[in-house]
Amino acid sequence: MTSTATRGNSSPPTSAESTAPRRRSGRTWFPYLILLPAVILELLIHIVPMVTGFWMSFVELTKFFIRRWTEAPFVGLDNYRIAVDLETPIGQELLSSFLVTVAFTALVVGLSWGLGMAAAVALQRPFRGRGVFRTMFLVPYALPLYAAVITWNFMLQRDTGVINHLLVEQLGILDEAPFWLIGDNAFLSVVVVAIWRMWPFAFLMFMAGLQSIPDELYEASAMDGASPLRQWRAVTLPMLAPVNQTMLLVMFLWVFNDFNTPYILFGTAQPPAGDLISFHIYNASFLSWDFGVGSAMSVLLLLFLLAVSLVYLYATQWRKGRSHA
Amino acid sequence: MRETLGEKIFRVVVLAGLSAFVLLPLYVMVTTSLKPLGDVQAGFSWFPSRVTIAPYIEMWSTVPLARYFMNSLVVTSVATLFSVAVAIFAAYAVSRWRFRGRTPFMTAVLSTQMFPGVLFLLPLYLIFVNIDAAFGVPLVGTRIGLIITYLTFSLPFSVWMLAGYFDGIPKELDQAGKVDGAGNLTILLRIILPAARPGIVAVAIYAFMTAWGEVLFASVLTTEETRTLAVGLRQYATQTNVYWNQILAASIAVSIPVVVGFLMMQKNFVAGLTAGAVK
Repeated sequence: MTSTATRGNSSPPTSAESTAPRRRSGRTWFPYLILLPAVILELLIHIVPMVTGFWMSFVELTKFFIRRWTEAPFVGLDNYRIAVDLETPIGQELLSSFLVTVAFTALVVGLSWGLGMAAAVALQRPFRGRGVFRTMFLVPYALPLYAAVITWNFMLQRDTGVINHLLVEQLGILDEAPFWLIGDNAFLSVVVVAIWRMWPFAFLMFMAGLQSIPDELYEASAMDGASPLRQWRAVTLPMLAPVNQTMLLVMFLWVFNDFNTPYILFGTAQPPAGDLISFHIYNASFLSWDFGVGSAMSVLLLLFLLAVSLVYLYATQWRKGRSHA
Repeated sequence: MRETLGEKIFRVVVLAGLSAFVLLPLYVMVTTSLKPLGDVQAGFSWFPSRVTIAPYIEMWSTVPLARYFMNSLVVTSVATLFSVAVAIFAAYAVSRWRFRGRTPFMTAVLSTQMFPGVLFLLPLYLIFVNIDAAFGVPLVGTRIGLIITYLTFSLPFSVWMLAGYFDGIPKELDQAGKVDGAGNLTILLRIILPAARPGIVAVAIYAFMTAWGEVLFASVLTTEETRTLAVGLRQYATQTNVYWNQILAASIAVSIPVVVGFLMMQKNFVAGLTAGAVK
């Protein structure tokens, strides 16, 4: 994401200098003026609430103080101590939720990447019916999330769902119909549902990226006798690197923060195996009505995501810098 | 270039496997919505033994679906309209001026994507309650609160994508407009917007899809009167019964506008992504 934010700096300086309308109107108040609505909205909905969230994590904001929140006593780092205290269930459950989310994110991002790439490459060359596949593969992404997850919830029902019908009655892989939405199977369920939703996004991005690769590159490498696999590694993958870099980070953040999928799939049941961290924090805040501890957990989550993002951006930029040298 | 056998096998396997994966839920959704509830509860069957359109009629009376639909439509349309307008102005500024604070603005806007929704859900609720108390603007439980919230959700992506699109429009066109004495706003309206129509359509669809499918904030910021589809569909599951055929019928009904819109405009969407992301 930061790579796009700095895009202006990387554009050729000559065009920026020669066409900057700054010299025309003296002081450039105009861009600030038209930027104002976006800035105000971002402040109101994102920045101010986030700062408030930080403040909330340092006060005792229990049910007692929720109506008189200005009087809530400052408790320093107590909320953070409660959140990470592994001696108590609160800390243990947070840790287990975090680990579940790490595994969930690795699987969903990794497999979505693979499926999206496979589909984009399989549809790279024109053939009859290509448009049909392209359109069909985008349907899960276009479908409203709740419609998709509700359907999966029905499919995963123990007695009336298609999954058990297939696995137990038709294929005979399992002897007894398992529960998919409670117990340990819940993890597998939420992973599959999230992948179903997420992989078309990777497909879409790769498809857009592939369009900008000139055919000559493939022709040249084919002339050198490169196999399709070799071409993919030598031409496709490097040319998709800019798309890849942004997309992996965006997918990581979306998937790690995923609240909607477990919320609609499990409702209030929240099985520990499907207890993704956003869902966990939401439940922890609203069940205990302790928004101070809930906010502390959110801040910890944000710091973790921030750290991963920075390391990721640093690593990818560094590699880019080296390959240029 | 000729296709090798290996490539052909790869293509067939990938396309067949992914088609099955994608189509299974869609097939279940459609067939179940056409079955009587008794047949649905009796266990899954691939082919409906009795086909009925009753779920599509009953779904309107089991829950106030029409009201949820209207709420969703109003909230989503208004949020989309404003979101696109705000994004156009911001993208114009970012694309055509190298002003101080430009990079910090883009970084800040894009990094909001990183925030976990739960982190600002509670504070936002608190802020809305206080704005109501201080200025008498009711933001909790009303459509306005949800509209304002939603229109920021798609903003980062929209600004980023549109800025990329605007960058692709030659600045010589602006210069030509200026020679003719056109002001900044005229240039935006007469030159940039017509040239960027595909990008704007793509951004509008993205904003619409984002708001139409949002669940978390809708579940906290709405009351029974202002409830949107995302939350309202839950009402088909009552204490005693789950009307699966009606839920799935309603899911199809509420999906059609966005799915059709998106699929019709997918070329614009890909073009917008190519302009914004691939560079």
